[in-house]
Amino acid sequence: MATLAPIHAHAAPQGFIRKYIFSLDHKIIGLQYYFLALAAVFVGMFLSLLMRIHLIWPTAVLPWIGEIKPETYLSLLTMHGTIMVFFVLTTAPQSGFGNYFLPLQIGAPDMAFPVLNMLSFWTTFVAFVVLIAAFFVSGGAPLHGWTGYAPLSALNNSGPGEQLGADLWITSIAIFCIASLMGALNFITTTLDLRAKGMTMMRMPLTCWAWFVTAVLGLLAFGVLLSAGILLLLDRNLGTSFYVPLVSVNGQLMGHRGASPLLWQHLFWFFGHPEVYIAILPGMGVTSQVLSTFSRKPIFGYKAMVYAIMAIGFLGFVVWGHHMFMSGMSPYSAFAFSIMTMLIGVPSAIKTFNWLGTIHNGRVRFHTPMLYAIGFVSLFVSGGLSGPFLAQPVLDIPLHDTYFVVGHFHLIMGVAAIFGIFAATYYWFPKMFGRMMNETLGRVHFVITLIGTYAIFMPMHYLGMAGQTRRYSQFTEVAYMTRLIPLQTFMTYAAFITIGAQVIFLFNLFWSMFKGPKASDNPWEATTLEWTTATPPPHDNFGGRTPVVHHGPYEYSVPGAAKDYVMQTDPAGVTAH
Amino acid sequence: MASLGPTVTVSVPEAGHGGGSTPPHYGGDGGGPGDGYPDYGRRLRRARLGLAVALAPILMFFVSLVSAAIVRRGLPTFDGTTNTYMHDWIPVDLPFALLLFNTGLLAASSLSAEFARRQITRQAALAPVRSIPGVSLGRETGVPWLYLTVLLGAGFLAGQWRAWQELAARGFYLATNASSSFVYLLTAAHAVHLAGGAVVLLYAAVVSLFHKPIEARRIVVDVTAWYWHFIFLLWVAILALLWLLR
Repeated sequence: MATLAPIHAHAAPQGFIRKYIFSLDHKIIGLQYYFLALAAVFVGMFLSLLMRIHLIWPTAVLPWIGEIKPETYLSLLTMHGTIMVFFVLTTAPQSGFGNYFLPLQIGAPDMAFPVLNMLSFWTTFVAFVVLIAAFFVSGGAPLHGWTGYAPLSALNNSGPGEQLGADLWITSIAIFCIASLMGALNFITTTLDLRAKGMTMMRMPLTCWAWFVTAVLGLLAFGVLLSAGILLLLDRNLGTSFYVPLVSVNGQLMGHRGASPLLWQHLFWFFGHPEVYIAILPGMGVTSQVLSTFSRKPIFGYKAMVYAIMAIGFLGFVVWGHHMFMSGMSPYSAFAFSIMTMLIGVPSAIKTFNWLGTIHNGRVRFHTPMLYAIGFVSLFVSGGLSGPFLAQPVLDIPLHDTYFVVGHFHLIMGVAAIFGIFAATYYWFPKMFGRMMNETLGRVHFVITLIGTYAIFMPMHYLGMAGQTRRYSQFTEVAYMTRLIPLQTFMTYAAFITIGAQVIFLFNLFWSMFKGPKASDNPWEATTLEWTTATPPPHDNFGGRTPVVHHGPYEYSVPGAAKDYVMQTDPAGVTAH
Repeated sequence: MASLGPTVTVSVPEAGHGGGSTPPHYGGDGGGPGDGYPDYGRRLRRARLGLAVALAPILMFFVSLVSAAIVRRGLPTFDGTTNTYMHDWIPVDLPFALLLFNTGLLAASSLSAEFARRQITRQAALAPVRSIPGVSLGRETGVPWLYLTVLLGAGFLAGQWRAWQELAARGFYLATNASSSFVYLLTAAHAVHLAGGAVVLLYAAVVSLFHKPIEARRIVVDVTAWYWHFIFLLWVAILALLWLLR
């Protein structure tokens, strides 16, 4: 039988550049992705803060930024959305924690293709730099929204920021597509080929399943976004007519004819819907992991959870039309998309009830990671429930492009997925840095963030039903919207407090890295493979030895076992699994 | 506290390992740091798995372009001069003879890529025999299939460039009309992917001069040859589509 030696077999690197800059070690690469996402989220939050300030005080002149004109507001929301969706939600949960912990949790010494891994991070980094550069070129950042609808995005004279800024935006996204595809390739090959002996697919932690299905989604979706972006660049710069029909700008007939802006919508949303599942699935995996660990109970219905992840992934590819109910599509198509969208509620509900079943009757330990995991469940329900509303074409007609939609996706992506990142951070911090984060600061951060985000985003459902339109920079000119300004003001103050509370997290994160109390190898008494190795893990993860797995991932409170947890590598015989 | 469980013991490798084309373990020269001889058989399977996974997004990319083309072909356009909707798909006058010749070149290159793949597989299998002192298998007088593949691939690309020049001479540029846009787009996207494969093959050919282990080179050539076959089949599909869309 062949040896299970590490196949890439590179020695631990020497020198700062090889160790920390162009590292091939998945743990360093995971941290690089994480810190890139951390920088991006603060840029994105700053942009949202400017937006919220402008909505309440539209004529305010801010220091250094000056007055925010309507077109500037549109640029802010475009860049806010793009940065958050791509460089935070697609980066931290999957590329950040996935890179760090997938090999550890399956018992592998590294990812399948370490050089490709390193390249995929630096390509993502280049994409981020190109995107930020859009702020600094003449004309500034684009204003066509993160969804980049044509023909606004496809004409380079359609508005300020739509010249070089929009080209940089598209280029950045195209580069990001390639980086994501490289990463997805690595995740899938690693999961299929590098599992340790005894680590069958059905013994993998749910985090690994989530990363695997997310990688499959990314593999199939990002190619389509790349083609959409290339067609957009051609329309903008080389005079083709993929998206731009016969239009005139400022009275001047542009040379395009015969195209369809709907093509962009189809291509974009064929990517865009799997993208939002890419953003949420890793958080679901982490929630399952954390809830089980801190309830001292196996995850309720492990197999159902696996099938639910796969169902969500598959169904995510057949619902893109629900973003296009207002595009003039046939009602029969709308009906089909609507049914499939509501169908996604089934595996989502299975997961939610199974999470509750996991906590029920458990001996719950309310450490900070657990608080965030419970918060994830709460926010997933709150944000998810407005989905079936929007899935009805009849209801979507008045609610499309209102704050109802904004509230829906922010609760799910902007809060629940972020809570998944927080849960993962507090949970895995001891393993990554060898120290514990401060519990008190963690709890304060949790309480303020939970209440604050609910305060910001729940009222948006009411605003949407009242008819408040999204992407409007000012409400003072529209009579029926001025009545809603007090609620907007409340949301802005809630945003101030919530964003301020993130400083607590930042402080806790960096202070604990250097001054936190030292952590043992397995401070949470968890069962999965990353907790069997040293803290932080050595270069080849398991100190030259290959783990052999005898148990499933969530064997807590096993009757007859000596302790209330059985690690995956413990000798067989304690339970039959 | 936690144990890693019993470590896996290394079994002594036997000669005549299994079947297929896995090179047998030989010698004990210690390989790199860690656990000795790297398992090239496993590396090959992993590389092939990686390629299979990588082909999925490439396929999705071309599928999205193809579906856009098919839909666009059937899309009625508003004509400003007559104020009516009409179909404006003007088929491109494609130089099919040249394109078929290019296809022949690519088919030949796919054939030579396959011969190159089998050639290096044999070389990798025979390498341990060559290392036995006193044994001679004669000089390698194989056809340079790898270089031939690169040459034929370059010939295909040159032929595609010639086809573009011919299109331009016939008045069809990138932005002339919808169908010409798709012709240039599909052929350019295909050419880019082919060029990438050609660069990797050239790397595999050239790197043989620098004495990398033959098993490692074999993996590169094997995976790239399979990629090459995919790119050839992709081209046949694109050509068939261009024929159907005219």
